[in-house]
Amino acid sequence: MTGRQIITDAQNTWCPGCGNFSIQHTLKNVLADIEKEGQSLDNVVLVAGIGCHAKIADYLNINSFYSIHGRTLPVATALKLANPDLTVICCSGDGDCYAEGLDHLIFAAKRNIDLTVIVHNNRVYGLTTGQYTPTSPRGFRGKSTPLGTREDPLNPIELMLASGATYVARGYSKKMDQLRTLMREGIGHKGFAFIDVLQICATFFPAADYYSPRVYELTGHDRTVFEAACVRAREWDYDSDARIALGTFYQKSAPVFDGKTAERKLSLAERDQAVRELLKKRT
Amino acid sequence: MNEVSVLVGGKAGDGINSAGAMVAQLLNHLGYRIYLYFDYPSLIRGGHNFAIIRGRETATGTCGRTVDFVLALNQETVDRHRDALKKDTAIIFNADLVKGAGQGVPVKEILSAEHAPDIMGNSAIIGGFAKAAGIPWKTVEEVFSSHIPKSTELNLRVARLAYERLATVHPVPPCGNPPLPLLTGNEAIGLGMVSGGLEAYVSYPMTPSSSLLHFLAEEQENLGVTVVHPESEIAVILMALGFAAAGRTAAVGTSGGGFCLMTESLSLAGMAELPLVLLVSQRTGPSTGLPTYTGQSDLLFVLHAGQGEFPRFIVAPGTTEEALYWSGIAMNTAWEFQVPAFILSDKNFSEGTYSTDPSLVRKFPQGSYPAWERSPPYRRYADTPSGVSPLAFPGTDGAVVKVNGYAHDEAGITTEKAETVARMAEKRIRKEEALAQAMKDYPQVSVSGNAAGLVALLCWGSTAGVCDEVAGPLGLRVVRPVVLSPFPAEPIRKALEGTGMVIAVEENATAQLAMLAGQYGIRCGKKILRYDGRPFTPELLREEIREVLS
Repeated sequence: MTGRQIITDAQNTWCPGCGNFSIQHTLKNVLADIEKEGQSLDNVVLVAGIGCHAKIADYLNINSFYSIHGRTLPVATALKLANPDLTVICCSGDGDCYAEGLDHLIFAAKRNIDLTVIVHNNRVYGLTTGQYTPTSPRGFRGKSTPLGTREDPLNPIELMLASGATYVARGYSKKMDQLRTLMREGIGHKGFAFIDVLQICATFFPAADYYSPRVYELTGHDRTVFEAACVRAREWDYDSDARIALGTFYQKSAPVFDGKTAERKLSLAERDQAVRELLKKRT
Repeated sequence: MNEVSVLVGGKAGDGINSAGAMVAQLLNHLGYRIYLYFDYPSLIRGGHNFAIIRGRETATGTCGRTVDFVLALNQETVDRHRDALKKDTAIIFNADLVKGAGQGVPVKEILSAEHAPDIMGNSAIIGGFAKAAGIPWKTVEEVFSSHIPKSTELNLRVARLAYERLATVHPVPPCGNPPLPLLTGNEAIGLGMVSGGLEAYVSYPMTPSSSLLHFLAEEQENLGVTVVHPESEIAVILMALGFAAAGRTAAVGTSGGGFCLMTESLSLAGMAELPLVLLVSQRTGPSTGLPTYTGQSDLLFVLHAGQGEFPRFIVAPGTTEEALYWSGIAMNTAWEFQVPAFILSDKNFSEGTYSTDPSLVRKFPQGSYPAWERSPPYRRYADTPSGVSPLAFPGTDGAVVKVNGYAHDEAGITTEKAETVARMAEKRIRKEEALAQAMKDYPQVSVSGNAAGLVALLCWGSTAGVCDEVAGPLGLRVVRPVVLSPFPAEPIRKALEGTGMVIAVEENATAQLAMLAGQYGIRCGKKILRYDGRPFTPELLREEIREVLS
């Protein structure tokens, strides 16, 4: 199927000013680019968790698996193992994959499964109306922490570097051109591509005034040097007042996780023969 | 009827299971039908392990309280199993480690005479047993050649030295049957899944399901199955759903605790209508319970697990022939109706070894599902009279496949519209009716023993063997539903026609099958329950039946 309408007719229910619009628009453009280059969107699958980010599964007119909270990556991993021809993109939230499904994120990076994770990191639970997430700054006053959180945020860039991710980047929902480049690179990367997107939550964490003066583009940075990536990743810890690097921290080529026997489908006769041989061995 | 029981005991790490398997194969090659029960604590080294191998002229699935042979690899075996001894029980022991009555095998001396490694000590014990049981040397050679592929000759020389030293004290006559494949319950389940088209098996280790993970991992290339061991049971079931969404048949295996972690995604499978096969092998609960002992206390849990309402298929095989058949049916059913299909087992069945007669395994039709007819737009949840929607998978030209765990419309787009929500709920529930209807063509309920008996035992799963064995001579009927969901109330009622008394026999404390049957008006007057992690023995069950009938 070519020349499809990439946005569905589903009614969009994101708040006005939500950073998700930018992420969706950017991803839509990336998909259009991919199609223009001759790849059918029939082979693209989007996996989403639960939260505001996940509505993108309804809004983008491509194959999708609208999963449950925190549970994108195992589904995405198996889709890729089952059909290596698929381009698998995971849209996940910060609550979704830094809290509930953190183990899956770490293991997907560790395995270097060939897919792209885009984390809509608005640093707050939106759909459940405003609680702190693993990346909320210390002292964040949310509905579950009215006195302010008393724990430090997680630095997902550092975490992903430590976990073995082979493409690690950070984008910002107000820098759409750069985000488009990062998404293209991530999808093109053979292996586990991780993109943390600083996203504005218009209702519960409208942090544009904080991000915009601090962000800068990573230039003159050698993305192939792990130690350099770690230094850049630690520059801003998602809490302190520091400049915030945007761009690709790290990229390396490494063997991807695949399902060796997955592509070899046995015929009915071959299966029966294999079972008979096994029974003989046990006699 | 010819019958023989052998107990092999030693400490964990002594290779009791493999020694037991060799004894089982020797008896198998004498024409006996085999059941092997393996008893071990949850540790790696040092605890007491034992296997009881029972051979009978006709099929068996249970072990008695007493044995004809004891093969003792340590002193504890002799001391601990005094209750199992009869007047004429022959004891064969490792003379280096055990003192007592019987025939000792000088294992160290034999090994050093043949310059054989310590690991071959059990071959000496097996050789000694073969002689004590009067098993022809030719049979020993045959069995060693087929089942010890490494260093067969050396193992045979070690066995021969013991064979020459011992005397025949308890001859075991040959039965004349040809040998049959010996399979564990888990192996039979795995092979049944493969016959039913299994392409991917995903599992996290948990006793007593792990041996299926090991078996399929070992045989993955021969059987064409992708085996994945991910980070948790949560990831396990989600990966299986990912495979299914891509059009690949997948199964998972676990036990109660692991299944607890899977329930959220089980409900996702129900809502997203993804085909999935689950082996749940029960052990003694609650919580960690007894990891390596048996139980039947998860029937109602499996039946009700997961939030919301959605149909599911549950089958509990009681023989390896049934496991080969029904595990294939479970694969087919999951795909035909896009539902979770459970194979409910327990430690006893999963890890027990059974003679398996392939000629008794029914043929089942190759599975099929309605495929999309390629007229866009594709609607993943198209409403149909049966409730089953045609399938297409990502990568299909012209199809936008939207799988969704939210309430959704026919296209798979999230909706909260009351009318659509209700209509889609009805669509899912209708599949249960279609499934129940399809099951009418299958042998959902097994009836054995005295079909005209006025008293019936109502049981399920691994107690099949012990109930069959006890019921026959007492003139009782055995009614055993193999399918447990959709509940085959009509066939059970029919199977119980003419009985005056129904006795529930279950390995749990609350008689869960009886409770379930009661919901359909099928009453059990008496209950015989065991819940200490050990299986019923024929002796125990017979006594309890006499008690409830007196």
